[in-house]
Amino acid sequence: MQEADRLMTVCNSCRYCEGLCAVFPAMEMRRSFSDGDLNYLANLCHACGACYVDCQFSPPHEFNVNVPKTLAVARAESYAAYVWPRALSSMFERNGLVISLVAAFSMAAFILGFAAFNDPKLLFGVHTGPGAFYRLMPHNAMVALFGAAFLYAILALVMSVRAFWRDIGEPIGARADGGSIFQAIRDAGELRYLHGGGVGCYNEDDRPTDRRKLYHHLTFYGFLLCFAATSVATLYHYLLGREAPYAWWDLPVVLGSLGGIGLIVGPVGLLVAKARRDPALLDEGRYGMDVGFIAMLFLTGITGMALLLLRATPAMGPLLALHLGAVFALFITMPYGKFVHGIYRFAALVRYAQERRHGPNG
Amino acid sequence: MNSKYDVLVIGGGNAALCAAISARRAGASVLVLEGAPKFYRGGNTRHTRNMRCAHDAATEILTGPYTEEEFWDDLLRVTGGETDEELARFMIHESKDILNWIVEQGVRWQPSLGGTLSLGRTNSFFLGGGRAMLNALYLTAERLGVDIRYDAEVIDLRIDDGMFVSAELKRPIDGTTEVRASTLVAAAGGFEANIEWLKEYWGEAADNFLIRGTPYNRGSILKMLLAKGVQEVGDPTQCHAVAIDARAPKFDGGIITRHDSVVFGIVVNKHAQRFYDEGEDIWPKRYAIWGRLVAAQPDQIAYIIFDSTVVTSFMPTLFPPIAGDTIAELAAKLELDPAALEKTITEFNAAVRPGTFDHTILDDCRTEGITPAKTHWARRIETPPYLAYPVRPGITFTYLGTRVNKQARMLMNDGKPSANMFAAGEIMAGNVLGRGYAAGIGMTIGSVFGRIAGREAAKNARN
Repeated sequence: MQEADRLMTVCNSCRYCEGLCAVFPAMEMRRSFSDGDLNYLANLCHACGACYVDCQFSPPHEFNVNVPKTLAVARAESYAAYVWPRALSSMFERNGLVISLVAAFSMAAFILGFAAFNDPKLLFGVHTGPGAFYRLMPHNAMVALFGAAFLYAILALVMSVRAFWRDIGEPIGARADGGSIFQAIRDAGELRYLHGGGVGCYNEDDRPTDRRKLYHHLTFYGFLLCFAATSVATLYHYLLGREAPYAWWDLPVVLGSLGGIGLIVGPVGLLVAKARRDPALLDEGRYGMDVGFIAMLFLTGITGMALLLLRATPAMGPLLALHLGAVFALFITMPYGKFVHGIYRFAALVRYAQERRHGPNG
Repeated sequence: MNSKYDVLVIGGGNAALCAAISARRAGASVLVLEGAPKFYRGGNTRHTRNMRCAHDAATEILTGPYTEEEFWDDLLRVTGGETDEELARFMIHESKDILNWIVEQGVRWQPSLGGTLSLGRTNSFFLGGGRAMLNALYLTAERLGVDIRYDAEVIDLRIDDGMFVSAELKRPIDGTTEVRASTLVAAAGGFEANIEWLKEYWGEAADNFLIRGTPYNRGSILKMLLAKGVQEVGDPTQCHAVAIDARAPKFDGGIITRHDSVVFGIVVNKHAQRFYDEGEDIWPKRYAIWGRLVAAQPDQIAYIIFDSTVVTSFMPTLFPPIAGDTIAELAAKLELDPAALEKTITEFNAAVRPGTFDHTILDDCRTEGITPAKTHWARRIETPPYLAYPVRPGITFTYLGTRVNKQARMLMNDGKPSANMFAAGEIMAGNVLGRGYAAGIGMTIGSVFGRIAGREAAKNARN
């Protein structure tokens, strides 16, 4: 925090980076910086790296200005600071390990559960036609378990982001207006600030590209498509009385397949980009947190696609268990991993849109 | 390294890269020798942020027209006539097209930065600042196939009767080599980082100067050229200096060490005496004269003193002001004589006449009965805590250069154009800017003459 405060003083007396993204104009609206302000700026930063490459004072200059790295550290610390319940803030220490353990346990639990509740012949049998999945796990049990996990994740996320919003918004608890929310949805939806001021973001060297943006879009929209697939399927089930699995051309499968491809290609691209990225730009101590979340998404995507491709074979039972285990782990770790970056960044974008309209105190 | 290049560019800033790109685009093989390591490449361009170009209509980023005639009037005013009118008018005319040409080389514009609204009509700002601009030019040059060497110090030039033959290059990794080329573009900046050279004109006082740019602007190429018969231009004793924070590093403190708070308080020397009218003129002139004024004071140090009522009137500063609850306490922290400072401030406060303060115009807040007077923006310093910034002269650039013609071709002492030597940027800025300064004009000189020098050198190399 002290380092972030020092940097904002340097940057505020220079201002050359003003046109690159939202962080610097937001900074210029302030002359001194509370912890809430710094957490706001940290989450507003999309880590494109342009201000590092463009800065005449970045290392090895003695002023040692490294905004992307400093804000990455502050950002990760803010996740732990605002988490609900507060007692779980230690989840963010060695987060990669925590996430992998949860995922492993969850997947193992589903495998064991399937084995315990089902006859081996059923588990390794071939099931087709409506209700095939529910022969292995009753639909109501699935809904109860995943509904509870999902609702818990929502509750924890809402409570966390509420704490964040209170800390960054002056006066306390300022409400967002519709126009600002719409602006933030647009800014987040197109990753407006992951662009290095227009040329792309900086990765392994000083040549900007849009690769990370592309992979992030694949991941994010892949996730949304999968979510949409599940939602449509739920409507089918309850409104139309049509049970999964559905034919390949049916809407839930089409959405899920497209989303699944996104969730495989996107995370792989992001992981490769992360591995190649100039370490000077990264909060290397939090490598595990980033990788953990990306791996969770990838696992969800790959098990889902495998399930789709092999659902008419004896592998369906174990794959269903693995997929459900991955999704369950994804849900319950959402409030305690890198997933929160999207939520906080969105809140920061809403705040920024408000400031642009009404000034920092409006 | 190629045995012989068409064009050798010495230097690595805006002018050098514009020359390299334009020569390469004209079909020449080009080698750029930058004396600095990669991080510090680009000399003063690293610290720039805008360029002054004439334009007949408002653009996306410029708020209104800035005609060639108005540009010329501004140049005439700031230089007090010390300019080559033909060359200057030519440059101003060419600057119009630079606005587009530089974008084609990958540089991006943005509207004027916060705190610089007064430049919104005349100056185009680089998105991301000068280093972003440089990065774009380097990427373009590399993509076009320009060869670039860093840490490449030129230690000698072989020039026969006004004709460049070869350069002796010294690099840490491969020692000394000879580089031959058909033409030379010298774009290696001024000598502001060469304290020994500055001492020739300023004496020991130069030891107390701070250099706002990199330590690599040593003027060695300029010195070699002048020693080998190239005609000089510009006053060698002059340099552009502003008041910067005395706590800034010796080199490369850049933009963030400047102070623009003079008009909001008073300025005293080490004897706690005022020495110049702090309210003489409005930005940017008020900003440009103080380096020279402080340089003339004992030990080349001064202190801007103001009170807590004006802290938010100017840009936030890198170094916080030094504070004291009483004048005496502040004086002690500054190591000034407390009684002397109290006397200076008491007399100043007593001399302040009532008026309506407005820092955007020459207002009617002034003193009466003290010398020097503060003729505008004079308000009593009476609300603790009392605050101060220590300041020293910060040298930005020098005026001495090589004389050139409209082809950017160097002229020799006998008045004849050189057979194959061109110059661009600060090394020849004195042709146009004999003294004084207008924001962004150094970059105009660099881009306009860089582009021309590259084009002409390429043409020359083919003949």
